[in-house]
Amino acid sequence: MSTPEPRLPVLKTYKLYVGGKFPRSESGRVYDVTDSRSTWLANAPLASRKDARDAVAAARKAFGGWSGATAYNRGQILYRIAEMLEGRRDQFATEVAAAEGVSRNKALARTDAAIDRWVWYAGWADKVTQVAGGANPVAGPFFNLSTPEPTGVVALLAPQRSSLLGLVSVLAPAIVTGNTAILVASHEAPLPALSLAEVLATSDLPPGVVNILSGNTAELARPLAAHQDVNAIDLAGAAPELATELEVAAADNLKRVLRPTTDTDPHTPWTADPGTSRLLSFLETKTVWHPIGT
Amino acid sequence: MTELTQQTETAKPAAFAYAPAPESRAVVDIAPSYGLFIDGEFTDSAAGGLRKTVSPATEEVLAEYTQAEAEDVDRAVKAARKAFGPWSALPGAERAKYLFRIARIVQERSRELAVLETLDNGKPIRETRDADLPLVAAHFFYYAGWADKLAYAGFGAAPQPLGVAAQVIPWNFPLMMLAWKIAPALATGNTVVLKPAETTPLSALFFADICRQAGLPRGVVNIVTGDGSTGASLVGHPGVDKVAFTGSTAVGKEIARTVAGTDKRLTLELGGKGANIVFEDAPLDQAIEGIVNGIFFNQGQVCCAGSRLLVQESVHDEVLDALKRRLTTLRVGDPLDKNTDVGAINSAEQLARITELAAAGEAEGAERWSPACELPSDGYWFAPTLFTGVTQAHRIAREEVFGPVLSVLTFRTQEEAVAKANNTPYGLSAGIWTEKGSRILKMANQLRAGVVWANTFNKFDPASPFGGYKESGFGREGGRHGLEAYLEHA
Repeated sequence: MSTPEPRLPVLKTYKLYVGGKFPRSESGRVYDVTDSRSTWLANAPLASRKDARDAVAAARKAFGGWSGATAYNRGQILYRIAEMLEGRRDQFATEVAAAEGVSRNKALARTDAAIDRWVWYAGWADKVTQVAGGANPVAGPFFNLSTPEPTGVVALLAPQRSSLLGLVSVLAPAIVTGNTAILVASHEAPLPALSLAEVLATSDLPPGVVNILSGNTAELARPLAAHQDVNAIDLAGAAPELATELEVAAADNLKRVLRPTTDTDPHTPWTADPGTSRLLSFLETKTVWHPIGT
Repeated sequence: MTELTQQTETAKPAAFAYAPAPESRAVVDIAPSYGLFIDGEFTDSAAGGLRKTVSPATEEVLAEYTQAEAEDVDRAVKAARKAFGPWSALPGAERAKYLFRIARIVQERSRELAVLETLDNGKPIRETRDADLPLVAAHFFYYAGWADKLAYAGFGAAPQPLGVAAQVIPWNFPLMMLAWKIAPALATGNTVVLKPAETTPLSALFFADICRQAGLPRGVVNIVTGDGSTGASLVGHPGVDKVAFTGSTAVGKEIARTVAGTDKRLTLELGGKGANIVFEDAPLDQAIEGIVNGIFFNQGQVCCAGSRLLVQESVHDEVLDALKRRLTTLRVGDPLDKNTDVGAINSAEQLARITELAAAGEAEGAERWSPACELPSDGYWFAPTLFTGVTQAHRIAREEVFGPVLSVLTFRTQEEAVAKANNTPYGLSAGIWTEKGSRILKMANQLRAGVVWANTFNKFDPASPFGGYKESGFGREGGRHGLEAYLEHA
């Protein structure tokens, strides 16, 4: 009896996620993604400025529907994302282990934390309005109510080292309140992000709510920071010098800017209790007055 | 439209003749010159340059004040830094009592401060007396009560102050803007260096005296006066932890670039181009009053002014007719006169900007109308003005005039009203006039603006958060939300 030939695995073509579709970069470019031992893993799309602009257009188009959806509905969809991710827990643990150069157990723990983070934020969907808003006791015969509303289209630079947990920790708080997002994946470890797109696409998340780009962080971040139809930017994945340059560019249309954390350990900010700070960063408070009388 | 204009002018009711009713200036004692208030006392500038502040209504020089240079700003920031440790370590209940004292002293001296503000700013005494000063006192009283309750404000169990706050405020509500800045900063345990506007420094300098009367510890509040270069020194000073600015969007963007890459926290309250939307089922008499209040309050020099009137086509003529009739009864003139509705423009520079934009409105084809009114020969004056036939492309529909100039546009459907109202880079305020409740709520949801007034306009309260969407800035002033700008993020 001869031993059968080992089966040749079917490799995945990693693609971008824009407007609910999985396009290649319009530029036709790709780059090598390797694991921590420099073993080749995949060719990831090297997205271009044009891809970034397309992603902004898709996010803007999705904003009305997503921000107008009921909070209960958004919460269920985020919870659905957790369910879908749970079902692919092993796959993501494998990708995280390769991306971050950690043991399988550690990768599993980080994947589990990422799943649980979706659950945490899912529950916030229909609570944040009461926590961050409320009635104001003005000195006069007026009904006066403050309500948080989503800021709009948000560009997110995912953390460079925490390829899934960090990514989810910046993405979930931005979208749960009704913002739509363009997410720039970690340059060196983009594969968990690109695979997450497949989870999002099967979780009833409307097309365009999340758009995921892989490539050179600075090349994609610059046009996003300067884009007049982007309302906010999270600089989590930007090195200090780039972060300053992007913050200057973002001032041109007064984007809300979330500066990168200064922790020396790249994982600490994402394993810690997330709190509400990111959740509240991309909200605007609207205050409505109406007279009380006959 | 031409026909309507002529009709209105010929049918104009004769305005009542009023005897002059000036408020007395004797209640306020302005010194010939003022130094900088640093570390609890008035000091000269290192360089010693003096500027003049004038009454915009008469161009009379009211006083000289000091141009603070970078060296002076540095001294003020150091004083604030030194004061920060002890001030932030005070029990909240003690900080509260200082703020309550300030609120009470403002109330006691409110007539004096109202007259002073009217002299330096040019706005009617009726407004400083009935709006500015009561709101100043109320703001301090409101935030005083927060000082010992911060643990319950939703910013963590032991929220921490930021440190030294650099605060730069505009000339349109000088003392009120000071209150909006200083009250929450002190309540949360920060110390401040505040720069009042170049054309309206006096009420901030009088406030320094109130701090002395209240026994506020030295260095907790520092007032540096001067022009834009003083503000730039203050905002750029490396010893500052927080920058709060109210003013133009252009300067706000410049400040955002300055603080980029630093640890300084920033809040900005900037310009606006508010839409005041009148539906055909609106209570028209109230709407007319709301339109007038929306654009002629403080001579229209209000960031949240309802400077774009969006009126439903079916009631356009009726609204315009009533509005013009109402405008003919506005009394423009001496700001100290208790019967005055519309006072002086704050400065020659601002008057030039209003004049230029109004000229552009005419040049671009909109139809200009003002009631017949006699303007004083001295001082800076601009008659209440409205433009009809305005399109969204016109400069007067896109740019902030910051003056008594109303642009009238029309719409047919609710969707069109929303689209037009939101068609601006700004997002500070909006007004809705309709008797239909469900329409109000839907409109309020869809308008991208930080403050939405339904069947009212230009209402302010210390408990009510105020601030913009988009290029009108970020951060909120007022209410529990206003504390966030001065506390470390949990």
